[in-house]
Amino acid sequence: MIKLQVNSKSYSVEASPQMPLLWVLRDMLGLTGTKFGCGMAQCGACTVHLNGEAVRSCVTPVARAANQQVTTIEGLSTDLSHPLQRAWLEEDVLQCGYCQSGQLMSAAVLLREKPDPTDEDIDLAMSGNICRCGTYPRVRKAIHRAAQLQKEGGKP
Amino acid sequence: MSNTHDISRRKFLQTTSVFAGGLLIPFFVPAGVKRMGLFNAPADASAIAFAPNAYLGIAKDNTIHIILAHVEMGQGIWTTLPMMIADELDCDWNKIKVGHAPPGAPYFHTAFGIQITGGSSTTWSEFDRYRQAGATARALLVTAAAQRLGVQPEDCKTGDGFVIAGNKKLSYGEVAEAAAQLPPPANVPLKPASEWKYIGKGARRLDTPEKINGQAKFGMDVQFPGLLTALVARPPVFGGKVRSFDATKTKTIPGVRQVLKVPSGVAVIADHYWAAKQGRDALKVEWDIDPALAINSQQQWADYRAMTTSKGAVAAQAGNVTAALPKAATTIDVEYTLPYLAHAPMEPLNCTVKITGDKCEIWTGTQWPGIDQANAAKILGWNPGQVEVHTVFLGGGFGRRATAPSDFVIEAVAVARASGKPVKTVWTREDDIRGGYYRPAFLHRVRIGLGTDKKPMAWHHSIVGQSILAGTPFAAGIKDGIDNASVEGVNDSPYMAHIPDHLVELHSPQNKIPVLWWRSVGHTHTAFVMETMIDELAHAAGQDPVEYRRTLLQKHPRHLSALNLAAEKAGWGTPLPAGHFRGIAVHESFGSAVAQVAEVSVDKGTVRVHRVTCAIDCGLAVNPDGVAAQMESGIIFGLTALLYGNITLEKGRVQQRNFHDYRMLRMHETPVIEVHIVPSTEKMGGAGEPGVPPVAPAVVNALFAATGKRIRNLPLQPENLAGA
Repeated sequence: MIKLQVNSKSYSVEASPQMPLLWVLRDMLGLTGTKFGCGMAQCGACTVHLNGEAVRSCVTPVARAANQQVTTIEGLSTDLSHPLQRAWLEEDVLQCGYCQSGQLMSAAVLLREKPDPTDEDIDLAMSGNICRCGTYPRVRKAIHRAAQLQKEGGKP
Repeated sequence: MSNTHDISRRKFLQTTSVFAGGLLIPFFVPAGVKRMGLFNAPADASAIAFAPNAYLGIAKDNTIHIILAHVEMGQGIWTTLPMMIADELDCDWNKIKVGHAPPGAPYFHTAFGIQITGGSSTTWSEFDRYRQAGATARALLVTAAAQRLGVQPEDCKTGDGFVIAGNKKLSYGEVAEAAAQLPPPANVPLKPASEWKYIGKGARRLDTPEKINGQAKFGMDVQFPGLLTALVARPPVFGGKVRSFDATKTKTIPGVRQVLKVPSGVAVIADHYWAAKQGRDALKVEWDIDPALAINSQQQWADYRAMTTSKGAVAAQAGNVTAALPKAATTIDVEYTLPYLAHAPMEPLNCTVKITGDKCEIWTGTQWPGIDQANAAKILGWNPGQVEVHTVFLGGGFGRRATAPSDFVIEAVAVARASGKPVKTVWTREDDIRGGYYRPAFLHRVRIGLGTDKKPMAWHHSIVGQSILAGTPFAAGIKDGIDNASVEGVNDSPYMAHIPDHLVELHSPQNKIPVLWWRSVGHTHTAFVMETMIDELAHAAGQDPVEYRRTLLQKHPRHLSALNLAAEKAGWGTPLPAGHFRGIAVHESFGSAVAQVAEVSVDKGTVRVHRVTCAIDCGLAVNPDGVAAQMESGIIFGLTALLYGNITLEKGRVQQRNFHDYRMLRMHETPVIEVHIVPSTEKMGGAGEPGVPPVAPAVVNALFAATGKRIRNLPLQPENLAGA
């Protein structure tokens, strides 16, 4: 049994230690907000936070997350109040939406590390997240907007 | 404080959740919708007769349920179709809930006659039907309210979900039940444009909240107790067959339940994806592969090249090109190659199937649920009515989720039937990239004769590439050897009319590589060839590329308005930073004309696209920001193909497998994109696709300005710009 803390809840799973965290989250815990896109850390759709750091859950063995804090898109906020979620609503960022969990989880780490990111910071932090619909210009705009919202008192 | 969750209590998809908010008054609800459980009201047999208005219902709690005849795959119709209804219905925008329609006649495309989302057609094809649905509902609600209030309908107003008469008002929910008893009026007048609140203005996307908190359900997210996951080992060469397989090692993988031969290969069925993946990795399959199927891309180009020397099917003709070409003062004779392209939607293909007795349920993201229903029924030997299709959100489509045989759906049905258990078939990214249904590879040979005045006098255009329609039930669409999807954009080019002697020929070789419509279909290759050729002709004539096009497009006001707006907004002709260059292209597809100006630089062979300025004439832009989003999307899609898109074959095997070798444009490579919409009263056109075709030629024309080199082979290979 492997013990996990996901979005502040405790879980015990019977899984091979090598099983990627992505599939434990999706197929064992039913947390399907984290997406499968490539299986080899190329697209970022599966991005979650492990102890606050963005990781690609499709190549992260679940053993690495044992007894650690995992945050998924379901835990970003409970009420769409995260500045990024508010900015995503305002800017009509998404299209098909499939990659957006990963975009948001990558952006959340960026926004914590760089409260006022430059375009170069955004390029650096977000170039690992592929969006086939091409929402990049709006993702960029919304990250800048979220930085502003965060400064105005939204919770980080 | 933390809770311990039992992992066996897996969450499962509740297809009814969107509509579970309250009792629904089932006016205008066809039987199919009720069977779907989209509406949880008691059956009302008399209501079923109102099928022509199967697009909305109103609940007692004032919730407005809108049923989409088209599917949401990113293009925004989850919001745009409700805008049409809301403007006529005068409902409260915040009370709208949206769902996909089941297969059914009320949801057939108003122009195409089948239930399909494609051809950039949702907005224009539903503009009347969805407004009419809202207007009819409003009229009934007003009549019902007037009766209740003892006033005349003419004395009632509506607003924000209420019928108002003087100082009295009733909510739509309060009168919905009574309205359901009234006969629907015919020919309810629609509002004039001056009264629109949403159309032409826009509204925030209605699908955002559930797509930013992990709650939106895509096909991949379908789960219910007892559902197994399958991966299918498919032949490494298209047309290959299973000779034998050895599952000894596969069956030792914990979680693997079954290994079964199915028509498309060998299915490994397991408790979850990871077990199925490991099981398939351990599977040994011997394949029967006909050596004739072992295509090599280089050989294929040589074969295609050879075809251009023979006569093809005639797609357009004027004068006598054979006689005219030798009389030219100078001749251009060039060849273009545009490779196979995969759609690569972010959500890999998947399909969930549950067969119980004589009933089959399917959950998937599909662009044509009705075709999938029919194909599934066919392989089961059943009636379509025994197959229910639940369309969930599509994680991208771009054409891939609409194949004539419903490849990923019938495979999943075959797997579930063989298994005897509910199964979700999941494709890996490698399966997707190597799974076929590509934009066909095309070779164009263009021979143009120029007169002493440097004007083109003869144009011989030979196109070689597989037909998308050939070998499908839609093959009747091929007329006199011409699949229009292979030549659209060339045979109907506005430039061609200016060439006294011209001939457009098509060769449609057949092979086992499955091909398909890929966002903007034939225009993906024809616009590239035409718009780079025209640029070349402008330079040959010593004219400015914008001026040159203006002269040729005098009788094409939409092209002209898009061209002029893009050129103006991009500052065409004004100075640029050192090392930056501009190129332009304009092309009409799916009823809209789009012009784009690309600003590029080349540094030591590295191409950088800094800015794309786009103008579109799509007639009335119902959702302007949605149009802008589609232009941004199309530009990035087109740039991806230009810079990276390349599916190649070696001995019949696809050489690419995932995003490291079938690359996508990323954030740091994305140009600044500006979109301008021509204020237009022209016929409404599409937005989902027309943004794609112009960007590659615009960039390549800019690269010519930068380097003096013409790019004719895609994807762009920086070595072709060497020395620049």
